[in-house]
Amino acid sequence: MNFSEIMSVAWEGITANKVRSLLTMLGIIIGVAAVIVMIAISAGTEATIAEQINSLGANLIIVTAKRGLPGASRTLLYSDAEAIAEEVHSIAGVSAEQTTTTLIVKSSEAALEMTVTGTTADYPDVRDVPVGDGRYFTEQELDRSAKVAVLGYGIALDLFGEADPIGQTVTIGTTKFTVVGVMAEKGLVSGVDYDGFVYIPITVVFQKFVTSQMAGDRVRTIYVQSESQETMESAILQIESLLARRHDVELDNPDFTVQTQQDIIDTQEATTEAFRSLLAWVAGVSLIVGGIGIMNIMLVSVTERTREIGIRQSVGATPNDIRWQFLTEALMLSLVGGLIGVIVGVGGSWIFGASGDMRTVIVPTSILLAFGSAAAVGVFFGYFPANKAAQLDPIEALRHE
Amino acid sequence: MNNQPIIQTADLRKIYGMGDIAVAALDGVSIRIDPGEFVSIMGPSGSGKSTLMNILGCLDRPTEGQYILAGEDVSNLNKEQLAAIRNRQLGFIFQSYNLLARTTALKNVMLPLLYDQNNHRTNEEREAMALAALTAVGLADRVNHQPSEMSGGQKQRVAIARALINKPALILADEPTGNLDTKSSYEIMDLLHELHDQGNTIVMVTHEPDIAEHTQRVICVRDGKVESDGRDGASKCAQPSAAEVSR
Ligand SMILES: Nc1ncnc2c1ncn2[C@@H]1O[C@H](COP(=O)(O)OP(=O)(O)O)[C@@H](O)[C@H]1O
Ligand SMILES: [Mg+2]
Repeated sequence: MNFSEIMSVAWEGITANKVRSLLTMLGIIIGVAAVIVMIAISAGTEATIAEQINSLGANLIIVTAKRGLPGASRTLLYSDAEAIAEEVHSIAGVSAEQTTTTLIVKSSEAALEMTVTGTTADYPDVRDVPVGDGRYFTEQELDRSAKVAVLGYGIALDLFGEADPIGQTVTIGTTKFTVVGVMAEKGLVSGVDYDGFVYIPITVVFQKFVTSQMAGDRVRTIYVQSESQETMESAILQIESLLARRHDVELDNPDFTVQTQQDIIDTQEATTEAFRSLLAWVAGVSLIVGGIGIMNIMLVSVTERTREIGIRQSVGATPNDIRWQFLTEALMLSLVGGLIGVIVGVGGSWIFGASGDMRTVIVPTSILLAFGSAAAVGVFFGYFPANKAAQLDPIEALRHE
Repeated sequence: MNNQPIIQTADLRKIYGMGDIAVAALDGVSIRIDPGEFVSIMGPSGSGKSTLMNILGCLDRPTEGQYILAGEDVSNLNKEQLAAIRNRQLGFIFQSYNLLARTTALKNVMLPLLYDQNNHRTNEEREAMALAALTAVGLADRVNHQPSEMSGGQKQRVAIARALINKPALILADEPTGNLDTKSSYEIMDLLHELHDQGNTIVMVTHEPDIAEHTQRVICVRDGKVESDGRDGASKCAQPSAAEVSR
């Protein structure tokens, strides 16, 4: 028999029992669709995370104190930031950040309970969080610990509603601040509401809001902007050796952490990696279950059609002809199932992306992967029944029933 | 035709089971059938007729003995080789027709052509051949009917057309009229005679003496052995067979 004849015989075998064939394909359909949808969702999520994180400042290097270090190791200080600004080459800007404890922030209209963020003047440039209205505080205001505040977009709305907050007064704790600016709207980025901050000069934080256990000019984070992608590595090396020297620690056992946006993306990806391997398991299991379904139905089919096999053998079908016939049928079941699965998967991914706030990116290789696995499943699980059919003795097969 | 026999068997044995329960369905059968013969095989039920036919039809293999079909020793061929022999040299007609269900007469008749590894014909050529074969058995108007839409006699005609399609050296029929009424039986016999007249070699199993009488030569089988072999054998072995039935 040639290719098209084998195909048409297999197709007749499948269509002779449409409902049964469809039910058999269900496992494959679900498996393939699941692979495509899940990969689309995880790719969409990853793309979103990467975009958002990158939107928080290009070529950004983030220095934090290593958390949970025992003993009297030194913490990150404002002077560390100043030293980086002075000594490290090929950097475009340095900013430090310290957060207060929870305080009452109030206007004449409303009051909020929140933490306040102390930063330096070039924070908007370094972090890529632009000012919307008014201005950020200046270097001079920082130096003289001026009582000025810049409100996040959401905070401005909360405290002043429709009114223009610039020039108004907010009371933070017991200290009055003049509002000089409102940040542009930014929204949620990896779970952080960037419109929910109040920024004041970090020097004011040191002066007014440092709790007893927070010594002196301790900072939470130092942000360093490298001049370009190419200078990142050298900047990181310089920062590491500078801080190791200043903190008197070994380079291979520092009390601080230097990260880039890429590191953070990688960490995020490591968590989605776990999610993805779970998905791979789900998809793998459903494909195997689908394969067992195919094997089961093919074994039933071989038994039901034993007489047909005998008839074909009696007019000259060789064991190979019979093997190919059933193998093709199994393969066709899994490929048609795979095709339906691809359609369901791509359609489902598209609907998810279009309807919800879940972003999906259809990955072409996931379609190939899913379709290929379906084919492999068909061949693997179809071989045993096909071989069983091929081994039938003509006279036994004709006597069947 | 030359004088080389179509069938030449030597001491064919077929043993079913092993040890104490072993049954010799065939117990040393040596026959020779020449081209152009029309031979009936008769014998009581269980005498080994079907076993012999299945071996002659290369559907089964003897436990012992030799079978030479059209000059080729087929006793020790493998499954692939036997399939090719069945396809090209043999046309088998069964009592129960053995047509593919839910498949038209035309497709049923085309089936042997699909498994013909030597000839690569187009689908149109095959359809034309199958149509010619169906016309030859008087079923030109039934080509698109499925077996479920045909009478027993018509189904057997389709089976005969299928047996003829590859122009086999030998046509084997195991009780071809066994499931048919008298009228259809005679029609099928007329058809087989027609095929014989056209030069086909036919070996047919029957247990009906009046059917056997129509053939030139009758071989009687009993307990797996050839009891008699001759032109007047039909009446000879019909009696014991009838007696055995009444016993
Ligand atoms: N597959 C088999 N297994 C065991 N015994 C068999 C088998 N086929 C046939 N026989 C036995 O072989 C003998 C001959 O059977 P068979 O050739 O079918 O006889 P017939 O066709 O003349 O009625 C019988 O005794 C039958 O029981
Ligand atoms: Mg019989």
